[in-house]
Amino acid sequence: MSWVLVMPIAVPFATAVVAYLARNYPSGRWISLAGSVLSLVASSVLMVAVLGEGVIAAQMSNWNAPFGITLVADYLSAVMVLITAITGLATAIYALGEIPEDTESLGFYALFQVLIAGVTGAFLTGDLFNLYVWFEVMLIASFSLLVIGGGKERLDAGIKYVALNLVSTLVFLSGIGLLYGVTGTLNMADLRGAVADAENQGLMTVIAMMFMVGFGVKAAVFPLFFWLPASYHTPYFAISAVFAGLLTKVGVYALMRMFTLVFVGDIGFTHEILIWVSVLTMFTGVIGAAAQTDFRKILSFHIISQIGYMTLGLALYTPLALMGGVFYLVHHIIVKANLFFVAGLAKQYAGDTDLNRIGGLYKSAPLLAALFIVPAFSLAGFPPLSGFWAKYLIVMAAIELEQWFVAFMSLLVGLLTIFSMTKIWGMAFWKPHPDGIDPTPDRAPVRVTRAMITPIAGLAAMTIVIGFYPEPFVQFAEIAAAQLLDPTQYVTTVLGVQP
Amino acid sequence: MNSIIFTAAARLLVALLFVFSLFMLLRGHHLPGGGFIGGLIGAVAFIVYSLACGPAEARLALRITPEVIAMLGLGIALLAGMFSFFLGDPFFTGQWYWVGGDSYETAAFSLNTVLVFDIGVYLVVLGGILSLTYAFEEET
Repeated sequence: MSWVLVMPIAVPFATAVVAYLARNYPSGRWISLAGSVLSLVASSVLMVAVLGEGVIAAQMSNWNAPFGITLVADYLSAVMVLITAITGLATAIYALGEIPEDTESLGFYALFQVLIAGVTGAFLTGDLFNLYVWFEVMLIASFSLLVIGGGKERLDAGIKYVALNLVSTLVFLSGIGLLYGVTGTLNMADLRGAVADAENQGLMTVIAMMFMVGFGVKAAVFPLFFWLPASYHTPYFAISAVFAGLLTKVGVYALMRMFTLVFVGDIGFTHEILIWVSVLTMFTGVIGAAAQTDFRKILSFHIISQIGYMTLGLALYTPLALMGGVFYLVHHIIVKANLFFVAGLAKQYAGDTDLNRIGGLYKSAPLLAALFIVPAFSLAGFPPLSGFWAKYLIVMAAIELEQWFVAFMSLLVGLLTIFSMTKIWGMAFWKPHPDGIDPTPDRAPVRVTRAMITPIAGLAAMTIVIGFYPEPFVQFAEIAAAQLLDPTQYVTTVLGVQP
Repeated sequence: MNSIIFTAAARLLVALLFVFSLFMLLRGHHLPGGGFIGGLIGAVAFIVYSLACGPAEARLALRITPEVIAMLGLGIALLAGMFSFFLGDPFFTGQWYWVGGDSYETAAFSLNTVLVFDIGVYLVVLGGILSLTYAFEEET
């Protein structure tokens, strides 16, 4: 059983080693692709196991919890691992078209696989310090991927990104130190009991706030988001897609895990703060996007605004709200990665990402236009696409709690999202190209555009399936939310006994 | 740097540091030491060599690029962890074979996956540190 949990982490690491050794040969990229397929198989096996058992856990090196490192997967972890593998595979295919050979020989695929391993590890670990280690693995890999390929702009973005993320890890690490000093354990399941029993509950709230700040920077919530729009528009499109899809969601996942499992002592205080943080995140993100005219900068600000919905699901802290939060996480990863993929292909056709300098894509690339509509309108919450159900659940939860202002704001932000999406639609697709030319991809060989449009079509198909057939996904999210709100099974599976 | 005293001393120092790094690697697990500290000391040996003879010469002495050393180390560490799969234990469970006894006190020496893992760590640290320092030295 334990190997089911290890394989989704071990496969990308092994792929990274082999892909690095083959980095100077064309086979390197196929090894990366094969590794991503294997990762998808491994995470599907994990998903099946979790669907059967509910929660599964494994003690690494045979050291029993709470002393050793525990890997544990419940519904939320399993679906995040699966969606990571799907995004990884989509990116591996997209990279076949986009990444030039000199970047490949710098070890692009190895770094990419290490990034996927780091993200997967963060979703699977049941140990707080181990979570910190996975954050570092992610940070190192993502920093290298951000600056790979060179250029002043990328280096500038990379320094802002790494500096602010180091501050976040520092706060996170101090929080871990304090928590260990007070409770004497770092196993998350063990912490649940230890934190509840701690004498000084005031100190626990302080530590909880340190974790909120640390994870908040990672998740890019208000007012800690400024590193994100400063860096996401510079790297290769494949990279910004995987960043946009996965990295901030690790922060959201960590918030969801810690503030349902461990820090539930003073919900009136911590989760009330989270509500206002979420509302402000949604609103500032969408307003920031309105001021931008660059394809990727608009999308970057929309990541921030959408993060607000997910943390709102956690902040409202009812079964319906958490269910919406989980559903939103999964829906958003697919949609947002896809929009960045579209931006890359639009640049391939029209030559730029500045909306003032491109246009006419509707006429010359109708397929791309059709594929853009799906994620864009799903993001804005148009029925019957996946984003509609996600927003519906969150707004319903807010109305149920009679949080009228919060419900109103989520609807308003949805409306403003449509404004941004129609802006991209109007400027990139409908208006004629300012140079008076028909944008064509003839600069790039057919192989390139094919490799780039395959993942776009695949992810768009997933969005449509979730939109038209949401039943099983909603049911899944319902069980995931129930597990988060009542983690008894999680705790007993990890510790082996009732605490 | 072009100092004959340093170059002459470096010959001795490099050999000593390198032997010491291997000693620290093999001493690990039961006593203070191990792959991480061993790898750091090994990296210092090569850094002293590169300061004395220049990074180009040091790269030649290393034969393989430091990045490849680090990645091979990662692979070795991963394989050491995977080995317990064949014995039905969880990932990274240490597997011990005692030669001439059945425990640390009685056996002459042991064959184990923990040492293989430490060798992997040693190579990762050595390769990682060297790829950083060589890049810095070549820049200036």
